[in-house]
Amino acid sequence: MQPIRSVKQLESYRETLRKGRDPDRKIISVCTGTGCKAYKCDDLASALQAEVKSQGLSDKVEVVPTGCHGFCERGALMVTYPDDIFYQKVKPDRAAEIVEKTFKGGEILEDLLYVDPVTGKKIAKESDIPFYKNQQQELLAAGRRIRPDSLDDYLAIGGYAALAKVLGEMKPAEVIDQVTKSGLRGRGGGGFPAGVKWKTCAEAPGDIRYVICNADEGDPGAYMDRSLLEGNPHSVLEGMLIGAYAIGSTQGYVYVRNEYPLAVSNLNAALAGAREAGLLGTDILGSGMDFDVQIVRGGGAFVCGESTALMASIEGFVGEPRAKHIHTVEQGLYDKPSNLNNVETWANVPLIINKGVEWYTAIGTGDVSTNPWGGSKGTKIFSLVGKVNNTGLVEVPMGVTLRQIIYDIGGGVRDGKKFKGVQTGGPSGGCLPESFLDRPVDFDELTKAGSMMGSGGMIVLDEDTCMVDFARYFLNFLRDESCGKCTSCREGLERMYQITNDICEGRATPEMLPLLDELAEVVRDASLCALGQTAANPVLSTLRYYRDEYEAHIFRRECPAKSCKAMIRFSINERCNGCNLCLRNCPYGAITGEKKKGDTYKIDQTKCTQCRICFESCKFDAVSIDTGVMR
Amino acid sequence: MIEFTIDGKTVQAERGESLLKIATEQGFRIPHLCYHEAVQPYGACRLCLVEVTQTSHGRKRTKLTTSCNYPALEGIEVVTQSERINKNRRMIIELLLARAPKAKRLQELAEEYGVDRVRFPTSGAESDHECILCGLCVQICRDVVGVDALGFTGRGVNKEARPPFGEPSTECIACAACVEACPVDCIKMEETHTLRTIVRWERTLPMRVCETCGYPFAPTFQLMHFAKKIGKSLSDFRVCPDCR
Amino acid sequence: MEDRVEQIIEQNGAQESALLAMLMDIQSEYNYLPRPALEHISKKLGVSMSRISYMATFFTAFSLEERGKHITTVCMGTACHVRGAPRLVEELERILEIKAGETTSDKQFSLETVNCVGACALGPLIIADGEYQGNMTSPKVSRLIKKMRKED
Repeated sequence: MQPIRSVKQLESYRETLRKGRDPDRKIISVCTGTGCKAYKCDDLASALQAEVKSQGLSDKVEVVPTGCHGFCERGALMVTYPDDIFYQKVKPDRAAEIVEKTFKGGEILEDLLYVDPVTGKKIAKESDIPFYKNQQQELLAAGRRIRPDSLDDYLAIGGYAALAKVLGEMKPAEVIDQVTKSGLRGRGGGGFPAGVKWKTCAEAPGDIRYVICNADEGDPGAYMDRSLLEGNPHSVLEGMLIGAYAIGSTQGYVYVRNEYPLAVSNLNAALAGAREAGLLGTDILGSGMDFDVQIVRGGGAFVCGESTALMASIEGFVGEPRAKHIHTVEQGLYDKPSNLNNVETWANVPLIINKGVEWYTAIGTGDVSTNPWGGSKGTKIFSLVGKVNNTGLVEVPMGVTLRQIIYDIGGGVRDGKKFKGVQTGGPSGGCLPESFLDRPVDFDELTKAGSMMGSGGMIVLDEDTCMVDFARYFLNFLRDESCGKCTSCREGLERMYQITNDICEGRATPEMLPLLDELAEVVRDASLCALGQTAANPVLSTLRYYRDEYEAHIFRRECPAKSCKAMIRFSINERCNGCNLCLRNCPYGAITGEKKKGDTYKIDQTKCTQCRICFESCKFDAVSIDTGVMR
Repeated sequence: MIEFTIDGKTVQAERGESLLKIATEQGFRIPHLCYHEAVQPYGACRLCLVEVTQTSHGRKRTKLTTSCNYPALEGIEVVTQSERINKNRRMIIELLLARAPKAKRLQELAEEYGVDRVRFPTSGAESDHECILCGLCVQICRDVVGVDALGFTGRGVNKEARPPFGEPSTECIACAACVEACPVDCIKMEETHTLRTIVRWERTLPMRVCETCGYPFAPTFQLMHFAKKIGKSLSDFRVCPDCR
Repeated sequence: MEDRVEQIIEQNGAQESALLAMLMDIQSEYNYLPRPALEHISKKLGVSMSRISYMATFFTAFSLEERGKHITTVCMGTACHVRGAPRLVEELERILEIKAGETTSDKQFSLETVNCVGACALGPLIIADGEYQGNMTSPKVSRLIKKMRKED
């Protein structure tokens, strides 16, 4: 490919591409994101490609392996465009049949269709499926129609038009002004107005400035950034280019966590394509702007999502945060002014330039015309996971309620269980119970309730989730990830973990609750960085809304969710029909009984380790769990 | 020179200087463990917390921050003692005592701030977990002495200040700067007639014996290190400082 | 080994700032960080062993000890935790007779945990020999290990 040397050239190249694409040609979009890998999506894509070829349909049908579609619960999945037919849970061995029956014959394979659990009806079109219908996918939709590593695909759908507009028609200050007026706030969780940050960085003294993309995405359960980078890396790159122009930077970095190999390789491919086309390098589109991007991989440390730790890591040091009395926008990477934004924040930038401030501010909540913190504008991508039916990525306008996300889109709690709570904001956030389901989700509303929106991880919990164990989980995570510098964070989290552990294991004494509160306050007040400062949130929110569970553990040695091993006992009940499955599966030989004689089956409590294998194996609900019994 | 207040008293200082340094010079008492004049403030122990109120865009904002690494700025109001500060200090002392119950300095701080009980089980025995991870040994060895024999390993509560990989040191010159600097005295030094051992780093080195008085005065490796730095050789150090 | 390490240093621009990337490449190459490789980097880049030791022990991507042929990693993300990941770890610890973070004495299996790989819909999940095995349950674990043993 020849480098594109001007805005005009870009547009004419785009025209050529569009003309060269047959509008009647059908596309089979196959999700090949990380989530679908376990469902053999790569095999499905190759099988479909092979079948299209061998059945002579190569000029009529094109198989496009894309990044993450977001409906991860239904993998492996494929959608045909423009017909919009959605097939789910597709196994590679169906490829021949699909190509023959659906593409040659125009027939829909009913058994591959999505069934709405509420109505029981089959839905053929992707746009009719409630999961997709109730979303507003400004960022995610494009990823379903393009090959992530194909610059041509991105250009064909309008990619880099925003960059062309910026370089051709706008001054840097105008770009910053537009981004500020749009009300775009940091999607990594901090919610800081991007335009304000850009302006401070642009005005900081010095000749060298850096733009950085934070793709560390450490919140467990959150994978929005992974999907954006896997599915549409060019959109992030375009955002960074626009930002670099506005701020005056010639060098960018994308810091990707180690655990995202596919995101790294797709991003690498996108960078290579952009360089080849002259969209990275020198004199981009003839504007005189120079810019290139380096990918830096993380080494497996949650704390490296913190801006100063991230920058230390890029410099070749461990991710130990430093005091931010002087902000990183003025002295950041290599002590130079550095503008760090999250992946999703960068991806919003081309959208704002292309569609304008008025369009963008019409989406979301509040009023940002005089105060950039006055509202939450645009859409937000959430990863809806846990005990929910439709696990996957959900993109909605800011201000949509928790109920709409969890029930209308998420399909409610799975396995018919009762909703207990939803955790948002990862280890920095909190848990909210049912009474908050009608809260709108944005930067401010959830914070008022004692949680926070965070980067978008949304974990649904049900009646089987022990809230004390859940708090303990986050404390365990944080004490493992703490860099260890500050006494308050390092020692405080360790002691808080020990206390919640004692509570779960039935060793708690009443003074532990006030001590937990005391520690939480010091960890929050005295720690250097946001890891420590927000670490107490999961504990504090569960204490606030689920105090009864803590008290049950401490005063009655009961685990209401029947989860904490020290407080539960397994036994075989009268529904047992002697099928013998539990006895066979028990790894500890704790079950005895005579086949076919249901009333002879017993669990030996001295051997039982509460591993739950019998409970999970039994198809007759014959294993009972009691609590309030100390071991 | 800029002006600001500490506990209501107006003080003058160079812009950007450490609040802790200025406050101490002015006679205010702010406890600290990991601060040392010879190295960059690290901000690990969190004992030197103060409240700083800054006015920007007509709004007053108060935050709790470490004073060792906070820069002196025009017009800020610094408070060194308050209920909030002391609550945090007491818990930090308690947490550190749980780690290093025998440390004299910690016991003194506990007395001063009214920490009369430790509600956490003490981790480990005599030799383990006495270190409070202040980082002074690491910094002094690397930035003052220039040997870089020590560093941190791991993270969180498993973090340690050790020679590389926690193995006996092969670089240490037994100058004992770390022994001097350690606020909780957990780096012990033992000397026999001609050998010095820095126990914690498992490093035993021979001492140079003075040709005049016959007493050992410095580890040979330390002398070699200095000699190299100033462009001299070991043979220039045959006599101890007293006899010179 | 020296030649390969030289290559890795050069490929990363022989820059001090690329220390993390160099260590990652060495980890990829040898399945752990051999001491001679680290000493070579120390000498070549002029970076102290103290600093390298901190890098190698701070980041969980690295292992200072040789790891097993089959690496089974259990995701401990929040969604996976809520769906029962800790029980998978227990079951693996029981079957392999090692604790998480350890390697079997015959160097066949290493058991590791990771704090979220972003495949939450598949949870709870085990990454076995680089392949994502989703929707795992405790009973399925022994079958998985058996399969991996058979493949030898």
